[in-house]
Amino acid sequence: MSEPLSPNAAVKPLLEIKNLQVGFQTQNGLVPAVNGIDITLMPGQTLAIVGESGSGKSTTAHAIINLLPGSGRITGGEVLFEGRDLTRLNEKQLEEVRGRMIGFVPQDPMANLNPVWSIGFQVEEAIRANGIATGKEVKQHAIRVLKEAGLADADKRLRQFPHQFSGGMRQRVLIGMGLSSRPKLLIADEPTSALDVTVQRVILDHLATLTREIGTAVLFITHDLGLAAERAEQLVVMYKGKVVESGPSREILENPIHPYTQRLVAAAPSLASRRIQSSNRNLTDLGYSAPRAAEGLDLVEAAEARAGKQAATTSAGGPAIKVDALTKIYRIRGAKRDARDFKAVDDVSFTVERGTTMALVGESGSGKSTVAKLLLRLEDASSGTIAIGGTDTAALRGRTLLDLRRTMQPVFQDPYGSLDPLRNIGNTIAEPLQVHRVGDRASRRARVDELLDQVALPSALATRYPNELSGGQRQRVAIARALALKPEIVILDEAVSALDVLVQAQILRLLADLQAELGLTYLFITHDLAVVRVIADHVCVMQRGKIVESSTVDKVFNNPQQDYTRELLNAIPGANLKLGV
Amino acid sequence: MAFYIFRRFVNYFILSAIATCLAYVVASLALDPASKYYGRNPQPSQQTITNILNGLGVNPDVPVLERLWNWIVNLVVHGSLGNTVGGTSVVDQIVSRSGVSLRLLLIGSVIGAIVGVTLGVWGAVRQYKFSDQVVTYGSYLVFATPTFVIGVLLMIGATALNGAAGMQLINFTGEYSAGLSGSWWDLTADRAVHLLLPTVALVLIGAAGYSRYQRSVMLDVLSADYIRTARAKGRSRNAALVRHGVRVALIPMSTFFAYSFGTLVSGSIMLEIVFSFHGMGEFTLNAITQSDINAVAGSTLFLAVLVLFSSTLSEVLYAALDPRVRN
Repeated sequence: MSEPLSPNAAVKPLLEIKNLQVGFQTQNGLVPAVNGIDITLMPGQTLAIVGESGSGKSTTAHAIINLLPGSGRITGGEVLFEGRDLTRLNEKQLEEVRGRMIGFVPQDPMANLNPVWSIGFQVEEAIRANGIATGKEVKQHAIRVLKEAGLADADKRLRQFPHQFSGGMRQRVLIGMGLSSRPKLLIADEPTSALDVTVQRVILDHLATLTREIGTAVLFITHDLGLAAERAEQLVVMYKGKVVESGPSREILENPIHPYTQRLVAAAPSLASRRIQSSNRNLTDLGYSAPRAAEGLDLVEAAEARAGKQAATTSAGGPAIKVDALTKIYRIRGAKRDARDFKAVDDVSFTVERGTTMALVGESGSGKSTVAKLLLRLEDASSGTIAIGGTDTAALRGRTLLDLRRTMQPVFQDPYGSLDPLRNIGNTIAEPLQVHRVGDRASRRARVDELLDQVALPSALATRYPNELSGGQRQRVAIARALALKPEIVILDEAVSALDVLVQAQILRLLADLQAELGLTYLFITHDLAVVRVIADHVCVMQRGKIVESSTVDKVFNNPQQDYTRELLNAIPGANLKLGV
Repeated sequence: MAFYIFRRFVNYFILSAIATCLAYVVASLALDPASKYYGRNPQPSQQTITNILNGLGVNPDVPVLERLWNWIVNLVVHGSLGNTVGGTSVVDQIVSRSGVSLRLLLIGSVIGAIVGVTLGVWGAVRQYKFSDQVVTYGSYLVFATPTFVIGVLLMIGATALNGAAGMQLINFTGEYSAGLSGSWWDLTADRAVHLLLPTVALVLIGAAGYSRYQRSVMLDVLSADYIRTARAKGRSRNAALVRHGVRVALIPMSTFFAYSFGTLVSGSIMLEIVFSFHGMGEFTLNAITQSDINAVAGSTLFLAVLVLFSSTLSEVLYAALDPRVRN
């Protein structure tokens, strides 16, 4: 990317964060979120802050331009930008800095564009607010900015609204806004975490090219270590509001010193596919606590162990799932009352053997989730057959359909959205038992305790409510609920995509253990090829409703046959990095 | 866009027609127009009463659906809503009285909406500060007070003010001062002064509701990511809030506007009585006390048309505010 950190003392740092402390005012007093961190960023450099959610990385980004949400405020320290302490500026002076000197690219392209104003208005607003252009030049400048950001037909799309843009296009608009006044620093807060890997790659490549041309320094916030290492020359690892390690990216990846960084490197699925050993060092040395279940985790070892077991079990009985020429056609209502057909799933066939894991991989819109809906009979197929354990599901009605549901349970992506906030954990897990009239109250309660134990949660959790649980705990509850009816098949629709890497690794391990213990068959739906390696036996790659490649995991990773599969593999962040752990 | 509005209008039109027909049926079943003739001394003959009822088209011996059919045919073919028990045309009554009510309602609801929205935005931006608390408690006080009490309290206040000033600053009985002559300007000014207190009462009622809803919607919008993005672009907090916050927060309010219109209408009926305005409110109330089926049906139709237009207007506002519904 840009020139490496210059040893020349004459070059002054662009951004120097000294002992920054940020807290949030709550009813129980001030809760610290950032506890005295130091970060130095040289002009033109790219620096990445890495950490899991709650580590204070986004809070740090917001504190720099003093846009902390709600009750958050800076309680100490300095943010020196070109030698000026931003924490001491008044509101008016800060407005001069924001946008003009420090650009900001936010996380979620869906929520960061105002739905009621046109794209043109929102870009022009950024240009006007910073006095970059006036009068008719504003529009010209807006078009230029958007074209730079990769919207080739910007002049035609200025009057369109955000809902008429795809996620990737919106992110380009936000990048265009952030760079519209050629700032010296760009803060990119998880700019692509809401996007597909292939789109992410294109956009980040483009961002790197643009910032290099303009000479903008980039402060890159991400939870993905692989992505950070690939995109930034400097790395800062944050944990619980503190910087635990910082330095050149390659050095940190090859020789992580702090145990937390070691665990992060080990657990990152994008890196795990490159044979990494887990850290067995004692975390208590440095006073860092971590969930017990993550200790000594080795995903690759788990995958190998599972592969050995799988060879022994495949021969038992016929296939668990057999899908043949499955097609789903939706009617799309157009602008002027014309309807056209859209093939969401197009002639899809695959077989999943009992006790194995099939991964269905593809970008959003590739039809993979529709396949899940069809399998679960939440929607009916337009044509083709689905056989579960040898029974064609299309003809099932009422009682027999209920029986089918009992053998096949789903786990969804969002652990916040898939649990009823008004129902306690015990009742949530027991709900399938009630629906299917299994057992009495006492036996259901016993089963809930058993299930909580299986997913490694304390039984005391049964009386708690979802808002008291972390994301990983909630996903464990969702898995326990899916297992309540002792299903043979579990359909995991992006079940780990919303989780932090360390939690993701724990859940993947849990899933592997449960599979070995209960002989479960998994259909694992994901956009993330990186997790496929550690969980799946077979892979089907989907593109625009069709299966383009279908093979074992090893074959797909070592010898991909299709360009599209290669594209997906190359898009895994950090795929080309060398590691020395 | 035009098609969307048209479709919504047709939808509301059908609803209004059904509501009016139901009102006619309910009025026909509940009211007994013959009763007041039996109470008279000397009592008219049965034949006379039957003739009067037949003349009005409200004879209870005729099946109610047949009467409804005749009423609809009369309305569609002749544009007539029948006669009141007093023998005057219902249409004529509505035409001469509606101006008074519409003036009060339109001015009151528009100013009420503007004041309410402004207070709501202001309260949200200054959440839990003193001024926000004042607005909050004030609007709950208005909510909790019956409309006629507000009217009477305003009258007492105006009387005290007039007494303190030693002259008739604020007139509040009737629509205008009886026997006043002068230029067009003098007459208009006189009417405006008379309109002041009932309008203030209506604005209070409207603003109390709007400010509560606007405040809660605005609070949601305040924490929206695009507000932060606008500020990160370099806009000031206030500019970001006004440009990006208010418009989004107004979207659900346009729906609320249509629904709250009914509340305002019932409030204005009470206010017309309190301030001795001879408008549609008085007409409706008299119609019910006199068991006047035609007048009740006519005033219901009038209200239904008002709701029809306010609902369609709210759809237009919605589409104007939110580009996502325009297709």
